[in-house]
Amino acid sequence: MSATAAQGWVRKNQEQNWLTRLLDWKPFLVVMCLLPAVALLMVFLTYPLGLGIWLAFTDTTIGRSGVWVGLENFEFMMEDPIFWNAVFYSVFYTAVATVGKFGLGLWLALLLNNHLPFKSFLRAIILLPWIVPTVLTAIAFWWIYNPQFSIISWVFIELGLRDSNIDFINTAWPARWSLIGANVWRGIPFVAISLLAGLQTISPSLYEAALLDGSTGWQRFRYITFPMLLPILAIVMTFSIIFTFTDFQLVYAITRGGPVNSTHLLATLAFQRGIAGGQLGEGAAIAVSMIPFLVFATLFSYFALARRKWQQGESND
Amino acid sequence: MATVDIRDVRKAFGSTKILHGVSVAIEDGQFVVLVGPSGCGKSTLLRMLAGLENITGGEIAIGGRVVNNVPPKDRDIAMVFQNYALYPHMTVFQNMAFSMKLAGAPKEVMEREVQKAAKILGLEQLLHRFPRQLSGGQRQRVAMGRAIVRNPQVFLFDEPLSNLDAKLRVQMRSEIKELHQRLKVTTVYVTHDQIEAMTMADLIVVMNHGRIEQAGAPLELYDRPANTFVAGFIGSPAMNMMEGRIEGGAFRGPGGVAWPLPPGAPASGEVIYGIRPEHLRLDPNGLPASVHVIEPTGSETQVVMHLGDASVIGAFRERITARPGETLPVSPDTSLVHLFDKATGQRI
Repeated sequence: MSATAAQGWVRKNQEQNWLTRLLDWKPFLVVMCLLPAVALLMVFLTYPLGLGIWLAFTDTTIGRSGVWVGLENFEFMMEDPIFWNAVFYSVFYTAVATVGKFGLGLWLALLLNNHLPFKSFLRAIILLPWIVPTVLTAIAFWWIYNPQFSIISWVFIELGLRDSNIDFINTAWPARWSLIGANVWRGIPFVAISLLAGLQTISPSLYEAALLDGSTGWQRFRYITFPMLLPILAIVMTFSIIFTFTDFQLVYAITRGGPVNSTHLLATLAFQRGIAGGQLGEGAAIAVSMIPFLVFATLFSYFALARRKWQQGESND
Repeated sequence: MATVDIRDVRKAFGSTKILHGVSVAIEDGQFVVLVGPSGCGKSTLLRMLAGLENITGGEIAIGGRVVNNVPPKDRDIAMVFQNYALYPHMTVFQNMAFSMKLAGAPKEVMEREVQKAAKILGLEQLLHRFPRQLSGGQRQRVAMGRAIVRNPQVFLFDEPLSNLDAKLRVQMRSEIKELHQRLKVTTVYVTHDQIEAMTMADLIVVMNHGRIEQAGAPLELYDRPANTFVAGFIGSPAMNMMEGRIEGGAFRGPGGVAWPLPPGAPASGEVIYGIRPEHLRLDPNGLPASVHVIEPTGSETQVVMHLGDASVIGAFRERITARPGETLPVSPDTSLVHLFDKATGQRI
C-alpha cells in the first residue's frame, strides 16, 4: 500500500505568496539592498556637506539662525589677508609634506623590500607612527618642539653644538617647517606600507630579465620599479594629498594656527572662525573654499597618473 | 657561439644541498636539454649558468672563460623565462630594444636589430602592442625576440613552453628547434617534459636529486638507459619494470610468470626486468595476459594487462578486438629487453 503511495507521489507545484513574489522582483530587491548604504550616506555625508554649503551663504552665528546673504561671506574672505595666508600655507604644507612623505616613504619601502633580518618585525615597527592617535602624536611633538623642554634642543646643547634652545614654533617660518616635519613623520608609514605592497606585486623575474639585459641598479629603478609603481603611487598620492590638505588635528594641537595666524590651514581657520569665533557662516565659507582644491587634486591624480595604457586591453593569460 | 663547460658544480642553500657535483661538456652550437622531475636542480643549474644564483662549488666556463664571478650582463647570454618576464609597461618594440637602450645604442641600430628579429619570429605587426594585448604564443615569441636581439653566445630557456596549451606547445617546440637550426647558437633548455627533451635535443641530460643520471643523445637514452630512473623517465607510456630473479634460463616475474631473457643475460641473480610497451607484440605462442583496460588512440592501442601479479602496459599497432577480462597472448621482443641490477638499479 505504502509502495504505491510512494510511486504516486509527485512534487507539488508550490503556490508562491505575494511576499515571495515581491522578494523575487529584481527592482524591489535592488532598492532594498541599496537602502541602508544610501541612508547612511545621506545622513552622515550628504546632509552635513549640504548644510555646510548652505551655511556658507548665510550669516548664521552660534545661537542665531542666519539669513541668506548670497556671496557676502566669500566677498569678505577674498579681502581677508588671514584667509589668503591660510590658502598659501595649506598649499605649501601639502606640497612640501607630500614631497617629504613620498621621498622618505618610497626610500623606506625600497629598503623593506630587500631581504632583511627581522623583516616582519621591522615592518610592524614602521606602522607605529600611523596607529598612534593623531592627538597623541601632536602632544608628543608639542613637547619635542617645546621652547624650554625640547629634547632636540637639549641634545644639541649637551653635544655643545648650540648655546641656546632652538626656536621651533614661536616664529612664523620655523613653526611652519616644524609642523610639516610632524606631518611627514606621521604620514610616512601609510606611504611606505602602501608602496611596499605595490613593490611586492612586481615579479622578481622582471628584475632578473633586466639584470641579464645589462641594467644597473638605478636603471632597474628608473625603467622597471618606478613605472610599475606609478598606478599605486598615483592612488596613494591622491589620498595623501587629500588627508594633508584637510589636516586639522596636528596643527590645532601644536600651534592653534599661531604664531599670529601664520600656521593656519584652511581647516583650522574654518574651525577658528566658525566654532571658536562663533561665525558659523564665515567658517562654512572657508571650509567650502577647500572643495575646488580637492576636486582639482583628485582629477589631476586620476587623469595624469592613474590611467596607463599598458594596463588596458584584454588579459588573456 | 661558444662552448659551455660545467665542471663538478655544486649548489647549497644554507645546509640544503641542491646540486651534488654536476659536470656537463657542451659543444659549440649544441642544443642541450636538462630534464628531470620538479626539484631535481635543473632550473637551479640554468640560473647558475645565467649568473642569477651563486656557484657554491665547481666551475662554469662559457667559451673557455670561467664565469663564476662574472656578473650576468657580462656573460654574453640571453634567457627566456618560464613566465616570459616581459616588461608589461613597454611595447613589444621597447621590450626587445631594452638591452640596446641600456647599452646606449643609437635609434637606427635598435630599429634595425628589432626589425630583423621581428621578421624571423613574425612579430612585425605587433611591435606597437603591449604584452597584455598578446596571446600566450605571441608573448613567447617576444621573449625569444628579446633574446635574439642580444645576439648572445648562449641561449638559456627555462621551461618556456609550460604555460602554453598542448597544441601551441607542439607548434612552439618546432619553432624553437627551427630557430636553433637557423641561428646555430649554443642552447641550454630546461624542461620536465621528456617529449620536449626527446624531440629537441642534441644532448639530453637527465637529472634527479641534484645528480646527473645519464647524459647522451635522445635515442641513446631510449635504447640503452643507464639505470631504472632513466628507463622510467624517458619514453611514453613508461617502460614496464618488474622485480624478480633469473632462474633456469628465464626471468621469474611477480606471480611466477616466466619471461624470456635477452641474449647475453646472466645465468642467475635478482634483477629488474624492463620492457617498453611498444616492444611487446601479439604472439599466439606468447604469455597469456588478461586484458584489464583498453585505450585506443587511433594510431595505436594501449592495453593495460595483468600477467601473474604484474600490471603491464602494451602498445600495439594492431587494432585490438579483445574485451576486458579476455586473454591476450603477448611476448616481449627479447632483443629489446632491459635488465637492471635489483640492488643498485644500474643496467646489466
